[in-house]
Amino acid sequence: MSNVGIVIVSHSPLVAEGTADMVRQMVGDEVPLAWCGGNGHGGLGTSVEAIMGAIDKAWSEAGVAILVDLGGAETNSEMAVEMIGEPRSHKIIVCNAPIVEGAVMAATESSGGASLKEVVATAHELSPS
Amino acid sequence: MAAADFSRLIAAAADTIAAHAEELTALDQAIGDGDHGLNMKRGFEAVRAEADAFAAKPLPEALKAVGTKLVMTVGGASGPLFGTLFMALGKDLPAAPDRDGLTAALAKAIEAVAARGKSQVGQKTMLDVLQPVYEALAQGKTAGEIAKAADKAAEATVPMKALRGRASFLGERSIGHMDAGARSTALLVRAVAEAIEGN
Repeated sequence: MSNVGIVIVSHSPLVAEGTADMVRQMVGDEVPLAWCGGNGHGGLGTSVEAIMGAIDKAWSEAGVAILVDLGGAETNSEMAVEMIGEPRSHKIIVCNAPIVEGAVMAATESSGGASLKEVVATAHELSPS
Repeated sequence: MAAADFSRLIAAAADTIAAHAEELTALDQAIGDGDHGLNMKRGFEAVRAEADAFAAKPLPEALKAVGTKLVMTVGGASGPLFGTLFMALGKDLPAAPDRDGLTAALAKAIEAVAARGKSQVGQKTMLDVLQPVYEALAQGKTAGEIAKAADKAAEATVPMKALRGRASFLGERSIGHMDAGARSTALLVRAVAEAIEGN
């Protein structure tokens, strides 16, 4: 069975790539993983197109969990999911969790073969409320 | 709507955003991250570049294409928010809309923008302009009156405290500045109103 994919979306490509490095080192390579960061024009920000590309790259039939940093990353990720459309959009969830801890915990859960629902729940446990 | 008319609306929208890009950026620098003017200009110039191709489509499809282009090119949180506005208008607008059709579609589009931004009226956002514009439209106001209502609504965001977006991090310090998204929304409304009135 395939593992849930993890996508990391930060305003900063450095943060996104560094978070992905931590996931790789702590969890290994069996989890599909992709990251994106920056506005596509050399500045800080997030790009819907880049997020859609990262989702494609980390795609798994088990689903994809997205970890984001600040507000615009969440809005853009939700937009990307909507533009990808059904039926795949049902298998993609934007997590409410801190980006670094969330990515590592979600990937750890995924590496054990957990479902998308379980992966997302593990990430959400990191957030108060 | 004739293709030439839609092209003219796009040109008017892109012109006003380009002319006010520095002002929008200055507003955003005060309480946001300072990229709103540049982002909006990039997006609307990308729309302008394909205006003729968009205008050749039926109106609902043309609006959806504009929205998709904005999502892909504006960046920041404004891309999905303004993109959603146009995409939702396209989804709910009949091919040959009258005022009632436009009013109903705008109501749906405002709901879609609110859902996208997880926001509501009164939180110092573009919704604070869209809602009065909808009301003016529903009340049968003229294009000129609607543009005025939009300007007034943007001004009315000055004393508001931001509850959404980057500006909300500033809390009380967001008070005293106009919301950049509200201002750009009012600019777009005025551009469209004047283009239609000049018909």
